[in-house]
Amino acid sequence: MNLFRLFSLFILIGLFSACSSTPEKNDADNLGALSVPDANTQGLSELDRLDGSQLTEILPYEDNYGVQGPAAEPGEPLSVRVFYFDFDSSQVRPADYEAINAHADYLISNPDSRISLEGHTDSLGSREYNIALGEQRAKSVAKMMRLRGVADRQIQTVSYGEEKPVAFGNAEYALSQNRRVEIIYLR
Amino acid sequence: MIKQHSRTLKLLGCLLILWSTTAYSELNIQITGGVEGAIPIAIAPFGWEGNTSNPPLDVASIIRTDLERSGRFNVLPVNNLPAVPTDPSLIKFSQWQALGQENLVIGRFQETFPNRFDTAFYLFDVFSQKRLIGYRIPSSKDDLRRMTHQISDMVYEKLTGEKGVFATHIAYVTLSRDSNRHPIYRLQIADADGYGARSIVASRQPIMSPTWSPDGKTVAYVSFEHRRSEIFTQDIWAGKRTSIASFPGINGAPAWSPDGSKLALTLSKDGNPDIYIFDIKTRQLHRIVKHYAVDTEPAWSPDGQTLVFTSDRGGSPQIYRVSVNGGSAKRVSFQGGYNASADFSPDGKMISLVHRQSGKYHIATLDLSSKQLNVIGKGTQDESPTFAPNGSMVLYATNGGTQLAAVSVDGRVHQTLTINADEVREPAWASN
Repeated sequence: MNLFRLFSLFILIGLFSACSSTPEKNDADNLGALSVPDANTQGLSELDRLDGSQLTEILPYEDNYGVQGPAAEPGEPLSVRVFYFDFDSSQVRPADYEAINAHADYLISNPDSRISLEGHTDSLGSREYNIALGEQRAKSVAKMMRLRGVADRQIQTVSYGEEKPVAFGNAEYALSQNRRVEIIYLR
Repeated sequence: MIKQHSRTLKLLGCLLILWSTTAYSELNIQITGGVEGAIPIAIAPFGWEGNTSNPPLDVASIIRTDLERSGRFNVLPVNNLPAVPTDPSLIKFSQWQALGQENLVIGRFQETFPNRFDTAFYLFDVFSQKRLIGYRIPSSKDDLRRMTHQISDMVYEKLTGEKGVFATHIAYVTLSRDSNRHPIYRLQIADADGYGARSIVASRQPIMSPTWSPDGKTVAYVSFEHRRSEIFTQDIWAGKRTSIASFPGINGAPAWSPDGSKLALTLSKDGNPDIYIFDIKTRQLHRIVKHYAVDTEPAWSPDGQTLVFTSDRGGSPQIYRVSVNGGSAKRVSFQGGYNASADFSPDGKMISLVHRQSGKYHIATLDLSSKQLNVIGKGTQDESPTFAPNGSMVLYATNGGTQLAAVSVDGRVHQTLTINADEVREPAWASN
């Protein structure tokens, strides 16, 4: 297949700088004319003066999104920032009530603090459906906090569905680690 | 008789780094299985006259690969060719008849001026000795590959009666990780055979749900670059993009109407995910589906009159159908506890979907009139099915995989495309 490798080089010279228009088609040796579907090859030449380059620039990874939030010793309810969920469920586990309430109480006594509740799912099933499931999980936690008295303006929710896993693979442990809501303090 | 083909072509593509984001990608076409009554065809290497001893492109081998990967042809291996005629006057039909070859493609091309090429090709019926197609096609060097796919399309259409899709594009999302294991998401477009992959968006945050405008010039997608979901449309050549929806909550699942004037979307700004139609010209938004359950993943019927979508209103995700004018939705999927991610076939008679069976996620087709559901995909973690524009195949992703897979709608011919990234997902096949 070495020929292919060689050809692909030429091909790519063509493709990337291509100035392509619908090729005119003449009848070979004046044989009966056949109509040919037009190629959709509009304007590859525009790439030379494109301005989508900023869209493909790789920015540095932003490691420190959000702020530290309330200090807490390991083991204290406020130290818990991730809540896990059962398969296909958006019900908060009773074991997490204490920690969620502790964060709610912190927000109530610190009305300038704001959080983002980020909902996530495992990788099973359709991606857009998982976006909906992740949102339901984030909203379940948000609802508990609001019922406890946290102001609406202090909570935002976002769902990443299955797009930002923390554990990889399809083993049940990895799946269960990804079915989660994370609390991110914003300021 | 069922022909078994098994063939791997590994092509190292994209060595030219014209954008820093365009590393090389590897194309791997694997064909397993075949169809009954595959059409015998021989394709002779094209003659070449030019300043270089080697032609800039092996036109015949690209045509051969195109036709093979369609599963509809039984292509004579190049080593078995009895002769290499490059002009009709040189064909000895008895040679090809003796091998049972019903069809023969020959051709030649030359460089007439610098960067100007002239290609002549012919398709012959070997037994009647009749010329079925004959063309001369001028092109620039940059057009040669596309022109070659068009030749494949013409041969395919002449012999199958169905439009070819070799000269079309696909879009998909890749995930790669840098040396610190931090993610880079890219929205890429490539030729339908995986060549010429090029990033049109790169982001540290997820990119999702690419979908083509019917004219193949614009892609809509979801980006989380601002730490929330936002729907954009982007001119794939000029790079210019427009924000379509960035409401609080979900902005997702864009789907272009067949006339290109509207986008169906999923928004949760009014509480929970519902289906809306966004008019691109007037920027007006109408809610089509309003229900307390999850409603998402709209797809338009080809006549533009109805949408199918995924809803869990019955307790589990199933596919429903509704008029674009609203009204009540009718459930269309009944088999199994999980059906999602529907896409309409171009003739509007069936949908492809993700179907769960015993905990495994398969690609299936559902005939909308007979309600017959057929699993056609091979994997167990498959997702995001998209129909080829001629309806002959369904392209899909394997969850967490580095391959896209395609399967003929009858489930008999399978092929894979390996993309050079840690993961490839959410393919979308342009409709022209």
